[in-house]
Amino acid sequence: MYTIGVDIGSVAVKVVLLKDGEWLDGLLAPTGWSPKDSGALAISAILGKNGLTRGQVARVTATGYGRNSVECDDRVTEITCHARGAKRLFGSGGVRFVLDIGGQDSKAIALDEKGNVSDFLMNDKCAAGTGRFLQNMAVMLGCELEDFSSLPSDAEPHAISSMCTVFAESEIVGLLSQGVDKQAIMLGILDSVASRAEGMLRRVGFSAIRGVGGVAFTGGASRSRNLAELIEKRLTVPLHTCEKSQYAGALGAAEIGRNR
Amino acid sequence: MRDVESIFEEMRNAIPAGPVRIKEAVDAGRKIVGCYCAYTPYEVIRAAGAIPVTLCSTSATPIAAGEEHLPRNLCPLIKSSYGFALTDTCPYFHFCSVVVGETTCDGKKKMYELLNRLRPTHVMQLPQTYADGASIALWKAEIERLARRLETELGVTVTESDLKREIAKRNEERRVMEDFYALSALNPAPLSGLELNLVNEFFKVSFGDEKALELIRELTALLCDNYKGGERRIGAKKRVIVTGCPTGKSLEKVFNAIEENGGTIVAFENCGGIKPNYEMVDETLPPYDALAKKYLGIPCSCMSPNDKRLNLLERLVTDYEADGVVDIILQACHTYNVETFLVRERVKVPYIAVETDYYQSDAEQLATRMGAFIEMMG
Repeated sequence: MYTIGVDIGSVAVKVVLLKDGEWLDGLLAPTGWSPKDSGALAISAILGKNGLTRGQVARVTATGYGRNSVECDDRVTEITCHARGAKRLFGSGGVRFVLDIGGQDSKAIALDEKGNVSDFLMNDKCAAGTGRFLQNMAVMLGCELEDFSSLPSDAEPHAISSMCTVFAESEIVGLLSQGVDKQAIMLGILDSVASRAEGMLRRVGFSAIRGVGGVAFTGGASRSRNLAELIEKRLTVPLHTCEKSQYAGALGAAEIGRNR
Repeated sequence: MRDVESIFEEMRNAIPAGPVRIKEAVDAGRKIVGCYCAYTPYEVIRAAGAIPVTLCSTSATPIAAGEEHLPRNLCPLIKSSYGFALTDTCPYFHFCSVVVGETTCDGKKKMYELLNRLRPTHVMQLPQTYADGASIALWKAEIERLARRLETELGVTVTESDLKREIAKRNEERRVMEDFYALSALNPAPLSGLELNLVNEFFKVSFGDEKALELIRELTALLCDNYKGGERRIGAKKRVIVTGCPTGKSLEKVFNAIEENGGTIVAFENCGGIKPNYEMVDETLPPYDALAKKYLGIPCSCMSPNDKRLNLLERLVTDYEADGVVDIILQACHTYNVETFLVRERVKVPYIAVETDYYQSDAEQLATRMGAFIEMMG
């Protein structure tokens, strides 16, 4: 049985194809301005690439902010899907917390002993501590988003106190004019995201003891090695990421579809 | 014989017609007293021959105007209330001759100082605890002071028998609402949360009209009979209790997010719902003592400690067989926001606090939050 999970985020569409529950393929594409079209396009791309037709797929499950705009069999929120995907990717180690940092929102999820969501927290209206925040900061500093993953691990972050994108920008303008090292500022920006992430996790019950099994880190921002290191340093427990971390929502959706 | 849908339709139509009824009352020589809060003793205003009306406070439209005088990081309810008054866009405010406010939270009591420049505003000094005798004595004195102020403003005399009559009448209104609320304890519920909210809004603009009260009684009886006859208007859904800050038009986005994502609201604990109506005024006590005791007992988060709210919520979760509790926090409402920690601990069912304002920009995020919350219940 084939199932597809499609996670339509604010920045990227992630689509995962499972065969009898086994990972067959995953694709990633920019969302652009039309979540409906990019979602549909991603589904047909993964079908075409694997020589399948829509009729051969038992269920297509959509998640992410664009879930209501695309044609599918089921719609499930990204909270539930990320939890399910993270359980599948990292569940064997007793992971009880998931941190997801995407393009426009971030969430901390607590799991019960069965891996079901027991509590969660999402960032409110603003983009503080999300991929969008990093994107804006990159533009400001004249660098690429990828540069936030290749900073020296042993450099000391310069403290950035503003969480708000607008305020952080003016803070950084000030730091640059004082001649503060650019890499230290970049690490400082990441550490401000890390500090916010830690706060969210603690609010859903994380502690070094309860989180001893480690924390699963999913979403686009999990691709930043430096960010992962900074979060791990704060949490003092292992932070699990893998190359499929960004697919956690889509993978969870495909799994949920399989069990419907 | 009217059916349920036509009663709802009649209620829906009566709400926008409220200002016209108030204008007619004013034309007929009646005085209007504007109120904002559940702590205002309606009985005293009615005993003074005036009509207490709830003033507008739940739209985002006048917030920008309100912010010309008030700080931006203030709760939207306060900014909206003041903005409506400042722009003269609330018909109820337009027709009222006096406003009665209370020193509930910091934002409100300071806003009333400014409001007083637009319309005579009588501010009652509300003690912040319901447990001790000195507070009840102070509150009783404040209720008496309100009566004297209304006597002066309106040129009337408030007698003990007037008060007793109005207490009995308001108690009957509370009983009608209690009976209506009790319907939703049935599982599955016989009506949706949006319908429940509609009746709350209708009750708010019933202005003590016996015919309006009779319509609610009729609706309760009809829903009850139909249910006994096997009618199920609402399918199997996750049962949610809404609590927290005062609700209203702009917060219907939260109710929609709950009800469009697999949930159904079975009770509103908020001050437009069960909170001010679940306890009666004791008709055997002298009127001012009875009013003081009842009104000071309202478990708003401005009270400290506020165990009664936690106890009430715990009881409602059991009585209404709730699967979850949604706590609505208006931005910058510190008292309800701080209390979320205690509520979460107490309710023993899945709980979520959502912080929001009157703007509709977070409707999608609310849908995700509420959707995930309901999925979490399994």
